[in-house]
Amino acid sequence: MTKHDQVLVKAQNVKVHFPIHKGILRRQVGSVKAVDGLNFEIRKGETLGLVGESGCGKSTAGRAMLRLYELTEGQLDFEGVDIASLDPKALREIRPRMQMIFQDPQACLNPRMTVGSIIAEPLDEHTNLSTEEKREKVKSLLDAVGMNRDFVNRYPHEFSGGQRQRIGIARALALDPDFIVCDEPIAALDVSIQAQVVNLLQDIQERMGLTYLFISHDLSMVRHIADRVAVMYLGKIVELADKRDLYKTPKHPYTQALLSAVPVPNPEVEAKREHIVLQGDVPSPANPPKGCNFCTRCPVAIDRCRVEEPELRELNKGQFVACHLAE
Amino acid sequence: MLGGRAIKPVLDVTDLRTVFHTQDGTVHAVNGISFYLEEGELLSVVGESGSGKSVTMMSLLKLLPIPPAEIVAGTVEFDGNDLLKLEPEALRQVRGGDIGFIFQDPMTSLNPVFKVGFQIMEPLKEHLGLSEKEARKRAVELLELVGIPSASDRLDDYPHQFSGGMRQRVMIAIALACDPKILIADEPTTALDVTIQAQIIELVKKLRQKLGMAIVWITHDLGVAAGISDRIMVMYAGFVVEHAKVKDLYKRPLHPYTRALLATLPTDDEEGEDRLKSISGLPPALHEYPNSCPFAPRCEHAFDRCQKENPLLMEMGDGHQVACWWDVEKGAPR
Repeated sequence: MTKHDQVLVKAQNVKVHFPIHKGILRRQVGSVKAVDGLNFEIRKGETLGLVGESGCGKSTAGRAMLRLYELTEGQLDFEGVDIASLDPKALREIRPRMQMIFQDPQACLNPRMTVGSIIAEPLDEHTNLSTEEKREKVKSLLDAVGMNRDFVNRYPHEFSGGQRQRIGIARALALDPDFIVCDEPIAALDVSIQAQVVNLLQDIQERMGLTYLFISHDLSMVRHIADRVAVMYLGKIVELADKRDLYKTPKHPYTQALLSAVPVPNPEVEAKREHIVLQGDVPSPANPPKGCNFCTRCPVAIDRCRVEEPELRELNKGQFVACHLAE
Repeated sequence: MLGGRAIKPVLDVTDLRTVFHTQDGTVHAVNGISFYLEEGELLSVVGESGSGKSVTMMSLLKLLPIPPAEIVAGTVEFDGNDLLKLEPEALRQVRGGDIGFIFQDPMTSLNPVFKVGFQIMEPLKEHLGLSEKEARKRAVELLELVGIPSASDRLDDYPHQFSGGMRQRVMIAIALACDPKILIADEPTTALDVTIQAQIIELVKKLRQKLGMAIVWITHDLGVAAGISDRIMVMYAGFVVEHAKVKDLYKRPLHPYTRALLATLPTDDEEGEDRLKSISGLPPALHEYPNSCPFAPRCEHAFDRCQKENPLLMEMGDGHQVACWWDVEKGAPR
């Protein structure tokens, strides 16, 4: 991907730990290591897919990218400015440039606000537009997401899931952002509607030159929309590569298992396919296993994996893997 | 419904109709559905949400709140009886006894205040008349069967102490408790991660070989359906729009809705098109029994006949049935 060279977001050793308090004195007895040392870059104009099972920390990572959570450790550069250490005022200045689209379009829209006021809220907060200008802007945003202009005075409950998601997208676009974190934007939608929303996201990306972090557990949709894909497991990135390489030659045993678990809509292929079925569940991030995080479920783990934690290393050009055995 | 069937099916549903009486009027949720289930086979029911998949299956056992729901017509033949005519007490014996049900969300369908062991033992004591001790022994066997490690210790755990995948296994264990002849699984893997979904599918395949029950698998995931089904029934707006053997359906989808559903899936090949095909519009809520094809407003092939007449299932050979006036293969009306 030569067209995306400039780095927009750069995460260095980003950690988000949530403390666990116990006892009458609410002493801290441990922490949930939701995100435990992420290193990656998102380049201008690209879509980085972030995949993993539920509980692996991908949503936390997404929110941390916008500093919606305070980082426990690490540095987070947005166009060279470390937003992890910015003071609130400076942070507020930069906020309009990064936005978020949420998973549940039902929950992320205030049921007592009209569509118009939902979309205009960021404009109220961050711009000095006149009421008239705002109204125009809202209308053009509704156009941009393919909704009828006359819907401004309606309430969220009057819309279907797909339409609500469009309202959420319009709100995210209100301040002309550069970077949008899409946190499972299609997970709550029906298959036929998912395609509409994904097409819309791609259209506006092209039109407005947006950069996406696209979080999803749907590997086939990520394959469709992303340029590069990062696979997360238990708070860490286990593999990061160009989507072609990742889907064609996955190097990490977890990526391999994840890909083989995705059913193919073709009965003849499906009958012949070899499935790697992982045993057990994801361990608790409050108490991750020693050594490699994946060693408790890994089908090929050796003794070294249980002692020594593998580094994320560049195996081939642009393909990063955190596994002792990958070659 | 189909000619040339050798064995008598275990379940034979004819012309099932369910409506809901709501404040906004009557909604026709199931509109004359007929299907059968043979011993040991797996039938998948596919469609978008609101297409009537779950309501159809729940109607079989009257698991719907009546009213507002009303089953207005149809017969459900099972074991020589019409389930819709059974007395409540007799129906209760069938539910969880001969017909097991797995619900979509294991979080909400297990009772959080009772131990898992109690919830598995309940149907055993109720339907099979086992004693406490026998039931406990059987419950341990069941948990082992569905692959829960150290089963005898986990009987005394509460549902919240299990993970999502484990909870779904417990649900399966409960559904299997009384050796059902039929298992109805309502989107059993939708709430789960792909890796856990793969575990559950593997488990169901294994159990089917071992126990030989017939399964109805409700899903909206055409990928999952491809891997496990013998036959597939595609539903739209309370009608069956296409019904075929699994290979035929994927190789030769005949209904525009089935084709559209398959086309919305992102393709595997790298050089795939940049845009996904989508189906515009939404599935309708039928306030009246339709006189036109309910899919017509979203259909790219719709022509004047579709507005005037609702197509019923037509036989296309080898058990492949489709309800459409348009012949997609010839590209002309039938």
